[in-house]
Amino acid sequence: MLDLSVTLGTLTIPNPLIAASGCFGYGVEYADAVDLSTLGGVAVKGLFLAEREGHAPPRIVETPAGMLNAIGLQGIGVHRFIREKLPELRERRAIVFVNICGTTIDEYVELARILSDAEGVHALELNISCPNIKAGGITFGCSLTGTHSVVSAVRNVTTLPVIPKLTPNVTDVASFARASEEAGADAISLVNTFLAMAIDVETRRPKLTNIVGGLSGPAIRPIAVRMVYECRQAVKIPIIGMGGIAHADDVLEFMIAGADAVQVGTANFVDPFIWNRLLEGLRDYMTRHKMLRLSEITGTLDTTARHTAWISS
Amino acid sequence: MPVDVEAAVLANTRLSDDYSVLALAAPAIASAARPGQFVMLKTSRGMDPLLRRPFSIFEVLRDEGGAPTGITVFNKRIGKGTSLLYDVEPGTHLQCLGPLGRPFDAADPPAHAWMVAGGVGLAPFVTLAEALLARGTQATLFYGARRAEDLHRVEIFEQLGVRVFCATEDGSRGAHGRVTVPLQQELAQLGPSSDVRISVCGPTPMMRAVANLASTHGRPCEVSLEQVMGCGLGGCYSCVVLARDETGAPHHTRSCIEGPVFDATRIIWDALAH
Repeated sequence: MLDLSVTLGTLTIPNPLIAASGCFGYGVEYADAVDLSTLGGVAVKGLFLAEREGHAPPRIVETPAGMLNAIGLQGIGVHRFIREKLPELRERRAIVFVNICGTTIDEYVELARILSDAEGVHALELNISCPNIKAGGITFGCSLTGTHSVVSAVRNVTTLPVIPKLTPNVTDVASFARASEEAGADAISLVNTFLAMAIDVETRRPKLTNIVGGLSGPAIRPIAVRMVYECRQAVKIPIIGMGGIAHADDVLEFMIAGADAVQVGTANFVDPFIWNRLLEGLRDYMTRHKMLRLSEITGTLDTTARHTAWISS
Repeated sequence: MPVDVEAAVLANTRLSDDYSVLALAAPAIASAARPGQFVMLKTSRGMDPLLRRPFSIFEVLRDEGGAPTGITVFNKRIGKGTSLLYDVEPGTHLQCLGPLGRPFDAADPPAHAWMVAGGVGLAPFVTLAEALLARGTQATLFYGARRAEDLHRVEIFEQLGVRVFCATEDGSRGAHGRVTVPLQQELAQLGPSSDVRISVCGPTPMMRAVANLASTHGRPCEVSLEQVMGCGLGGCYSCVVLARDETGAPHHTRSCIEGPVFDATRIIWDALAH
């Protein structure tokens, strides 16, 4: 019996595959196509206290092996989420990571309080990394003291696992991992999208209404893997890695670099039935490598020089 | 519930340098499809383009016994994905996800259905015409394009028994001018008691003009909107249009799951990208 379960602090999930926030609606949109209980978790679309309309379209544009988005965190707000979406997620036995976003620390705290009282929430992912909104979010994620303040403030009001989602748009992401750990985070997730832009040269206009957006997809994967690797050296808390995962090998790459679990986002747009394919690939790998527990692979990167074997023999 | 199939390309009929009709073997999608619904097609094997493209289901293919075997899509070469599809050869397989989206209103079929199409906006109307004719509705197609060569597949509608009015901007076929020219003429001749519902699909300015005409003449109107779409399932929030809710308040509304067919009175046209 192959064991794909992984542990994130106090939370054990059946496999390391979590649907990434912003890429899976509120989960219920996919409930007819995917058995939500078979996923490692569902990170729902980022929620503010209030409803938000987000940016005017066009909101996405494709780039080679990737896409830019500037949705602007359109959302139904935490109260409607609890009323309208959470009951179905509970009924479908989904493991729910609620991604929360505020413009002030008080808003994060308020969101954490409200969601801690709601039945069916398994973890809080703190969105301090969305590149597409004017106030809040990334302004905390780009400052070490801001990150520390938000994480510790939320930590103080909830017993749910607290998972800040880090931005790659900083000089040294590992220092933000460290600040999160010191502030009491149970885990970290990374990376959010890379701030980017695309221009229509005929009209000389930006292809997105918001001018800039976040780059995701396979194009960013090597950078994301490197960042997960750097964070693994810096902290002991679990890491949820993401960035362009589309195949089982990509999941394994992140785990070997140091991730305990992963999130899949853009690839779900291309293939909503990706989850079984990824799970099959992971099982196949475990069988070939005679592994019983997938979690054993986390952080097992072998950095010994390849040629030593040649020399010693 | 949508299914994702590796659909064999049965034929790719080039109608011109821009347009082609792609026939795909997809019985599960064909049998579940309702008029106005769409599929998401992966146009490349690789990662450029990365995402799928939405296409209205143009025709439902059937075997001799009438059982659904596949679908066609009406493709116009515009960007990278549609160019790849234009070049696809029979025997190739394409990932095809569907059927998706909110179909045309099937409740209370009107006595007269007027379908207004501009260019590639013809796509949703074959299946709609078939469904309405089967329920005893009289169907009319108003079909506009720049020139006669851009009017494709009119014969499908004629063979079904649909009354067809064409319009071309250069006057080379049908009325001279936009599709609103014959539409306006016919609207003016309608008696107040006639039961007519208008459905429109095409370029945004044309849909807006038709929706305005419908409203002026007090006729119900549905629009089938084509937006840039990331996933087709409601996950990404990229295909939103500004639409009024039941209370009249405008909200960014996902055209993949709440559309692509909307009641025209809901749409805030000024906010719609052209």
